[in-house]
Amino acid sequence: MSKLTAALTAKKALIGFVVAGDPSCEATVENILALAQGGADVIEIGIPFSDPVADGPVIAAADQRALDRNVTTDDVFDVVSQVREQSDVPLVFLTYVNPVFQVGYREFCRRCTALGVDGLIIPDLPYEEQDDLRSAMQDLDLDLIQLVTPNSKARIPKIAQRAQGFVYVVSATGVTGMRNDFEANLAGVIAELRQYTKLPIEIGFGIHTPEQAHEMSQLADGVIVGSQIVDLIHRAGAQAPAQLIDYAQEMKRAITE
Amino acid sequence: MTTNGKFGGYGGQFVPETLMQELQEIETVYLKLREDPEFQRELHDLLDNYANRPSLLYHAQHLTEKLGGAQIYLKREDLNHTGAHKINNVLGQALVAKRMGKQKLIAETGAGQHGVATATVAALLGLECEIYMGKEDIERQRLNVFRMELLGSQVHEVTSGSMVLKDAVNAAMQAWVTDVDRTFYVLGSAVGPHPFPMMVRDFQSVISTESRRQIVQATGKLPDAVVACVGGGSNAIGSFAAFLDDESVRLIGCEAAGKGVHTKQQAATITNGTDGIFHGMKSKFLQSPAGQIDQVYSISAGLDYPGIGPEHAALATAGRAQYVPITDDEAVQAFELIARTEGIIAAIESAHAIAYVEKLAPTMRPDQTIICTLSGRGDKDVAAIAKYKGVQIDE
Repeated sequence: MSKLTAALTAKKALIGFVVAGDPSCEATVENILALAQGGADVIEIGIPFSDPVADGPVIAAADQRALDRNVTTDDVFDVVSQVREQSDVPLVFLTYVNPVFQVGYREFCRRCTALGVDGLIIPDLPYEEQDDLRSAMQDLDLDLIQLVTPNSKARIPKIAQRAQGFVYVVSATGVTGMRNDFEANLAGVIAELRQYTKLPIEIGFGIHTPEQAHEMSQLADGVIVGSQIVDLIHRAGAQAPAQLIDYAQEMKRAITE
Repeated sequence: MTTNGKFGGYGGQFVPETLMQELQEIETVYLKLREDPEFQRELHDLLDNYANRPSLLYHAQHLTEKLGGAQIYLKREDLNHTGAHKINNVLGQALVAKRMGKQKLIAETGAGQHGVATATVAALLGLECEIYMGKEDIERQRLNVFRMELLGSQVHEVTSGSMVLKDAVNAAMQAWVTDVDRTFYVLGSAVGPHPFPMMVRDFQSVISTESRRQIVQATGKLPDAVVACVGGGSNAIGSFAAFLDDESVRLIGCEAAGKGVHTKQQAATITNGTDGIFHGMKSKFLQSPAGQIDQVYSISAGLDYPGIGPEHAALATAGRAQYVPITDDEAVQAFELIARTEGIIAAIESAHAIAYVEKLAPTMRPDQTIICTLSGRGDKDVAAIAKYKGVQIDE
């Protein structure tokens, strides 16, 4: 069992997401530590990309702010190494395939494991296109997280077969961002997925209130919260770490009660 | 040809999981329809009787004389209904959408020609239609925006990024992800995830299938060169397709060098691009070393795209086609040349191809021939050319 799977097994988990470099790399380190302190079980670190097609306006704007400050992939690796000096909270990168491709799959994966990154989420790399990256990951302690969507249908068994770490179930078709309605057949998708994998199943896309987090955690093993955290960081400025601790605690309570 | 959506090492399906089921359905349906005589009959009936095909292959005698070299033939896609090659592809894709039971078409557009074609065909086939267009392009192409609205489509202004074609593609892809069950994304160029580059190539290959027959009829032999402008590359791949196996035919794509290939304000993807993965495909892109996609520029909204279709990337790599950069200045000058010598106001995109013909023809013999595709007509660009020349006109 990978470190990531272990961290999410036998409990209802909270996964938080931040965009590295927004508002600064130093702040990102503080914010990650705050989320961990508040009870987040895993932190996703977004490597900013110029054209994040799977993301809604909140995350796209954060990516742009980071890029306007010339945040590079190297800077993001730096963020990880600073976090690792103070915390062993499991970390996964979320980014698009092109920045990874430019570093080189093998070099990127090698650096990830050297710095203690536990997994990768690459929304524009469906399983049909994963062979090159997966061969670069071989023998490394790094999980490639698979995404399942409400319209994955016949693809579910094949995706589950390739799953590592945990399975990321997308709660609604569309892009990331806070929303109030989730896909009606979510429970069905998760039930089907459970037939094919024993890995933890985490739901993301749109979850932002404790009520939603509670509801979704009844369906799955935990929830992923992105846009709300990115928005909180943007609005709170220097107050962000304190507010993130409170928010993570509140969400964690909601999903474990 | 494509194998698993790949052209050489390029192509593929690099999209969010939400779209994969849909892409596979489109591929399955399309591969069946490609062999379906009834579908082909319906498409060709619309091409011939609605879009006004076959388009003329016109011997440009005055231009030929002026340049003093090869015989120049112009493939007149500008004479199609809606005034550009775009209608060929849209009719094809819209019929696929109809067969799939979709109710709505969405499309991105740069110069507006693809948007107008999509809005037109949506009206013809009774489908809803929404078009995504960058704010910058909306300002450059107001007339086309109004056309789309007249045709009953809704035009969404895209204000993210550099507010041009790349950003319109992002917005259209996001809109598609959100409403994938009832929507068909009519991609405007030979770009994006498989099966789009293949499908667009097939629908646009009507250009070269016709011109191959027409030139043989006119001259008794194949052309020596085929020249076409390249943004995403649908017009060029359509112009090249029927000649790919004819090794004696030089294939030349003309890309937008904007203010020069050594400046930041350009869109010369093959000249300056590097391998990358974006908008669903592995291809060549203008990008930073870290893989951030560049904001690009051309006087022509239609060529203002940081990538190129994967089949072109493969053709360039294999050396089968050659790609040359043409600056704004060269294109504007060619725009005026063809207007004055042949009485044709061509799209500024197409003027990029004419600009290269000007360089190429004099190096060739009078018994040799060039086919240059005029991808569209230039009505939409008259105001932009006036502005470029510092002339005040009332639109």
